Amino acid sequence: MGTAGVMFDGLLALALVWLAWQATRAADLFHAVVSFIVFGLLMALAWVRLEAPDIALAEAAIGAGATGALLLSALDRLATRDGRRRALYEPATAWGFWIPAGGALLGGLTLAAWQLPAPGLGDEVLAALKLSGVDHPVTAVLLNFRALDTLLEIGVLLLAAVTIWSLGPAPSPLVPAMPSPALPALGRLLFPVFVLVSGYLLWRGSHAPGGAFPAGAVLGAGAILMLLAGARPWIRSSEHGPWRWILSLGLAMLLAAAVSGTLAGQAFFQYPPGTAGPLILLLEVAAGLSIALLLFALYLRGEPCEHGYRESGR
Amino acid sequence: MTVYLSLAGVLFLIGLHGFFTARNLLRRLLALNVLTTAVFLLFVVMARLADPLDPVPHAIVLTGIVVTVSTTAVALALVVRIAGRVRDDDADAGGGSRGDAG
Repeated sequence: MGTAGVMFDGLLALALVWLAWQATRAADLFHAVVSFIVFGLLMALAWVRLEAPDIALAEAAIGAGATGALLLSALDRLATRDGRRRALYEPATAWGFWIPAGGALLGGLTLAAWQLPAPGLGDEVLAALKLSGVDHPVTAVLLNFRALDTLLEIGVLLLAAVTIWSLGPAPSPLVPAMPSPALPALGRLLFPVFVLVSGYLLWRGSHAPGGAFPAGAVLGAGAILMLLAGARPWIRSSEHGPWRWILSLGLAMLLAAAVSGTLAGQAFFQYPPGTAGPLILLLEVAAGLSIALLLFALYLRGEPCEHGYRESGR
Repeated sequence: MTVYLSLAGVLFLIGLHGFFTARNLLRRLLALNVLTTAVFLLFVVMARLADPLDPVPHAIVLTGIVVTVSTTAVALALVVRIAGRVRDDDADAGGGSRGDAG
């Protein structure tokens, strides 16, 4: 790698610091949000440099993509309020407190990180990889060795969607009026590609970077694109079929997998011998579908209802 | 790797400062996201320094990214609603300036 690699890392780090600074301190909110999205995309590069391709995929799809869509749509609702702001930040006298306090916290965290057990768990994971049913270590950790984390994480996502929906009905119209007739046509053309990429990422997860999270995020992004192109979400009620159940499908399947082991007299989340591979694939499909729909549900910013459709329709 | 460790430190400080001193709620949220990225960066650098590469921090960071997007989405929904409430109050009070939401 040599000098070129070091220079690349240095430039990337400088760009990231500059973008983070812009994202938190730019006077214009739109500028700040766009800086944050670019920050997320460049972070994906940094993850690749740190040999974490799974995180790079998730950061690009969820960190920059889904968060970016959420931020921009919120910004649209918040527009015109920032003009008469008195001051963006608390007065500079606060710095006298924040620099020492921040430095002390950072020092404490560094010390804690320094004292972590040194070699990590890489050897243990590699030794047990053959038993896990998949060939990719990160997927093995996520859906077998520490599947409880994944269960709780989907729980958090579902909880977030429930919280947002419970705040009241979705704003109407759901999306701004369409300025261009090209977007609906493009959306219809692109959606199958989103589904294909998502399916590929899901399948790939068993032996290479990929898996349920990037796959779900890509599918969710496709759904948001369709919404912007004028499609109507069918997750409102039982009237349109069982779509709404998919929101909790991932959590339900993971819970079932966790508890059925206990009922059969095994450990919590212990898969029956020999079935780990197919079972993990099944759980990934369920989790991927749930994640896609949950991210889409977060984007709606409220429980979708009939009047929302009527006004957002053309 | 020193580059990325120092990057994590700088991003942490930028995020921490923004999170505690920004007056605008959306800005606070952006700062919080920068802060979590700094923590993830620390985890991944630790994983990279281990030999062989440690997949457990990677899995934890993946979980963290999804939890972060959930937090951000809920916070944004609240920020938008608070801003709407403040705007209504402003209209009632004849446009007097109030509140720091939005």
